[in-house]
Order: sequence, then structure tokens, then C-alpha cells
Amino acid sequence: MNTNDTLAPGIIGRRRAAALPEQPPQLWKSVKPKKAYDIIIVGGGGHGLATAYYLAKNHGLTNIAVVEKGWLAGGNTARNTTIIRSNYLWDESAAIYEHSLKLWETLEEDLGYEMFFSQRGVLTLAHSVSDVRSKKRNLYANALNGIDSEWLTPEEVKKLVPIINISEDVRYPVHGATYQPRGGIAKHDWVAWGYAKAASDLGVDIIQGTEVTGFDIRNNKVQGVHTSQGTIAAGKVGMVAAGHSSVLANLAGFSVPIQSRPLQALVSPLLEQVLNTVVMSGAVHVYVSQAHKGELVMGAGTDAFNSYAQRGGFHVIEHQLAAALELFPIFSRAQVLRTWGGIVDVCPDASPIIGLTPVENLFINAGWGTGGFKATPGSGWVMAHTIATGTPHELNKPFALDRFVTGHLIDEHGAAGVAH
Amino acid sequence: MLYIPCPHCGLRNETEFHYGAEAGVAYPDPNALTDSDWAKYLHIRANPKGWLAERWVHFAGCGRWFNLWRNTVTHEIGPAYLPFTEQPKSPANGQEGLKA
Ligand SMILES: Cc1cc2nc3c(=O)[nH]c(=O)nc-3n(C[C@H](O)[C@H](O)[C@H](O)COP(=O)(O)OP(=O)(O)OC[C@H]3O[C@@H](n4cnc5c(N)ncnc54)[C@H](O)[C@@H]3O)c2cc1C
Ligand SMILES: [Zn+2]
Repeated sequence: MNTNDTLAPGIIGRRRAAALPEQPPQLWKSVKPKKAYDIIIVGGGGHGLATAYYLAKNHGLTNIAVVEKGWLAGGNTARNTTIIRSNYLWDESAAIYEHSLKLWETLEEDLGYEMFFSQRGVLTLAHSVSDVRSKKRNLYANALNGIDSEWLTPEEVKKLVPIINISEDVRYPVHGATYQPRGGIAKHDWVAWGYAKAASDLGVDIIQGTEVTGFDIRNNKVQGVHTSQGTIAAGKVGMVAAGHSSVLANLAGFSVPIQSRPLQALVSPLLEQVLNTVVMSGAVHVYVSQAHKGELVMGAGTDAFNSYAQRGGFHVIEHQLAAALELFPIFSRAQVLRTWGGIVDVCPDASPIIGLTPVENLFINAGWGTGGFKATPGSGWVMAHTIATGTPHELNKPFALDRFVTGHLIDEHGAAGVAH
Repeated sequence: MLYIPCPHCGLRNETEFHYGAEAGVAYPDPNALTDSDWAKYLHIRANPKGWLAERWVHFAGCGRWFNLWRNTVTHEIGPAYLPFTEQPKSPANGQEGLKA
């Protein structure tokens, strides 16, 4: 953990940008796929890599391959704005996200790899009377679940974030905020590399540039995967493919209630540190933090339509920046350096699907939508348990695919009103 | 920004429309349904990588719903058509892409 690296709230200064350690040339062994594995994980994003790592570490299973169609973390893992928090409304969500946050708190030690995990706190702003009500409801639910979260008045928000505009005289005035001090950010590509290195050290094969194009299913039991490098046999298969989950499920012969949507983010050039906590506003679609090197990192809302294009419309960025400028007038002098998009897998209830599928020995982990980065360790942990034992972990039982039939949805959309 | 051909108003900015996902999902007979059919009707919509026939409503114009072929990889726009009329052929021309 980088505790002495994290600025105390209210203090502005430069973090040790020069202190980034050199990357070793090779973090994981490069391998040719074997003919067969005990377990194949489809998708080399954070969740897939974490699943492989915990299969090896917690369950002693190491005859495993992670098969990735592009390059490691080239999906949403290294495209996201890295907001980490656990203050979700419903008990089921709070439990799994809090499990994840606890894992984050020791992850750098566990993996022996630095990830610039920084618990600089996450503010979630409220802009109207009903917003205040729903945020407070969330806060009380968090308290019952033992999750740190507190209410800040506009003045207290201003103390924490001196550059914020708390004037009443704006379109979306700040009426207060919830604050989770243990929330924060991490360096996303390093998270993927850390898991990849640790998994590889334990014997997991990481195979990039290899697309899964179908499943070998006999008697409703998965026997392997067809790939762009030929068929690989497998005792069990885990689909951890984020934006492509519908496509893969369809190849395996079943449907998932997922729609794939573009989600965009942007960064400014490197600036002096002006913001040392994370500020989110679901109402006006602003999510901003300042990375350790100094770039402002901002997330926008999803584009309205289904897409696999990994890009979105510029009007979405403009809408997001208009709101950001009202909140932070000082940003008017910053420039947009770069924008990009990822394809997120959105479920009707904005909660993930983790568990069994209609096909025996085929497991799914999908539907994290706009907010799965924070769940990377916890998601991998419970997915590994589910695959290793063939039954869901206590924490992912409620997130089964069949909740859409039973009606036991975990509706984090309306309730939380925030995307990340 | 997509430019979307409203069958009533012509080519307009995407920001004048709301999205309605897969087109042509028939309302099921409530008396002849299993729970899983109902779940399918409520929650499952096509999510293909390639051409998709989908619904849009021109809320800032004529206020009417219509259907549109659009490619989810290239964002290419195909023919628009009115609900309950014959669906034009998929522009995919047999190259359907990956269904989902
Ligand atoms: C712009 C943006 C901002 C976001 N901000 C946040 C945030 O602040 N906080 C937060 O918690 N979450 C955030 N998210 C969401 C988060 O990034 C995702 O929920 C999470 O990364 C998904 O899990 P993953 O890491 O496994 O996905 P991915 O990294 O997308 O991994 C899936 C992998 O599967 C591979 N794959 C797909 N199909 C196949 C195939 N057929 N064969 C082989 N491999 C295949 C893909 O190439 C990809 O690498 C954001 C997302 C985006 C796009
Ligand atoms: Zn119109």
C-alpha cells in the first residue's frame, strides 16, 4: 500500500512521479497453447487474470490457460477511470464490493507488485433534494453493512476539494455528498500486470492474440474451446469477456440479458496536483480524479446505443465537460489530451452475473457494466471458488444468471444513481 | 454523433432520438407463458456484433417510434422502416457477423 504516498485531504502538492519503478522486460512467460488444460479462462482482462490467480493461489489449480484475443488488459481493464469504492446500496452488492475493497487493501503485498493503490477517498455529490434523500438512504444502508461512509455538507466538501464550486447559483448546485474515505484509485494496467505476473509465476499459461471462436460442447458439457490457434481441450471453462459476453454466450448456445455499450473517458495533460480525492456525480455525469503523474482523469456517461466499436460520440464528452466545468471552473484552462472508449456489458439491474450457465462446466462472469474495475480482486476470488468447486461462493450466489427468471434482481441502477 | 434517418422528418442528429434496443420483439401471450419465457421477453434483447435491427424514437421531432438497421461495429446506418411493416433485408447480405 502507498499510504505515505497518498496526500492528506486538503494538501496540494506533487506526488513522487519520478519514482515509478522500471518495468522488467518480461513479466509473464510467453507460451504456446498446450493441447489441453484443466481450466481455460476466456478473456485476459483484470477479472480473467484475477480468476486464474486465485484458482492457483486459493485452490492449488495451476494447469490453467488464460486465452485473450488481443493483448493483456487491452479491453476495459486499461481503459477505465479506476474508481474503487464499496458503498453500494443493496446488501448483496455491498458484500461483494466490500470483500473486493478489503482485498485491494493488501493486494500489493499479496502479489508483490506495486499498483499505486491510493485510498484518497471517494466523494459522491448530491445536487437536489431527492438526490440528498437517496444518497442518505444509501449512507444508512452502508452503515448497517459496516461500510465506512459519511455525509458531508457543501462546506465540508469545499474543505476537502478547494477547487470545487459550491455556489447555489449554478444549474446543479452541490447540496452535499457521501464520502467513503477508504475508496480511491489504482493504476489499472499495473493491476493486470501484477495479476498476470503472479499467476504466471504459479504456473498459469497466459496466451495473447488468440480469439475463442466457439465451444466444444457435447452432451451439454463443455469439453474445450475452438480458437484462432486451433482447438484446446478443457475440463472447465470460465467466460470472463466483459463487452463480448453476449457473443460468447451465443456461441455456447444460451442468451444473457446484456447489452454492449460504449463508455468513454478522457485525460488532460500533466498538471500540478489540484485534486487529491475522487469526485463523482451521477446526476451530472462527472467522475474525476487526478492520477499520480498529474493528468486529470474523467469518465463520461455511456452512449445510448449498442456497439462493439470501442469509441463513442463526441457530444457525450462535451456534455460531460460542460458539467465538469461548472463544478470545477479552474478546469476551463486545461486541455483535453486524449479521449477513448471501451465496450461495457450492461445488465438490466446494473449488477453482474457470476456463476453457472446452462452448459455443464461452463461458468460466466459478466455484466459488470460501467463499474467492474473496483471489483477485480473480489470478482476473481469468487469466480475461482465457483469454478474450482462447481458451486457459487456465498458472495456470488445472489448474482446468478437465473435471477432474471426468479425476479430477484439487485437493482443498483435507480438506487445508487451512479455509474462507477 | 450518428445521423439518423427518421422516416418522417429525414436526417437528424442522434441527440434528437432515444434508443429502444432490438426491434420486432412481439408481446407474448400472458396466458401461455412460463417464467423463463417471461424473463426472456422482459430482459433478453439481441446484442449482435454486426447488423442489428433496432428501435429509435424521434422525441425532439415527430415523437414517433421507428426501426432502423445499424451496424454495431462500424456504426454504419442501414434502411429505416416503420413498425408493423415488412422488415427490409439485413444489409449484411449473408455476412451476418456474430449473433448474440
Ligand atoms: C471508460 C471506462 C471507464 C470505467 N470506469 C470505471 C471506474 O472508474 N471504476 C470501475 O470500477 N469500473 C470502471 N469501468 C468498468 C470496468 O472497466 C469493467 O467493468 C471491467 O474492467 C470489466 O472486467 P475485465 O477487466 O475483465 O474486462 P476487460 O478488460 O474488457 O476484459 C475482457 C477481455 O476479454 C477479451 N475477449 C473478448 N472476447 C474474447 C474472445 N472471443 N476470445 C478471447 N478473448 C476475448 C477482451 O479482448 C478483453 O481483453 C469503466 C469502463 C470504461 C470503458
Ligand atoms: Zn421524426
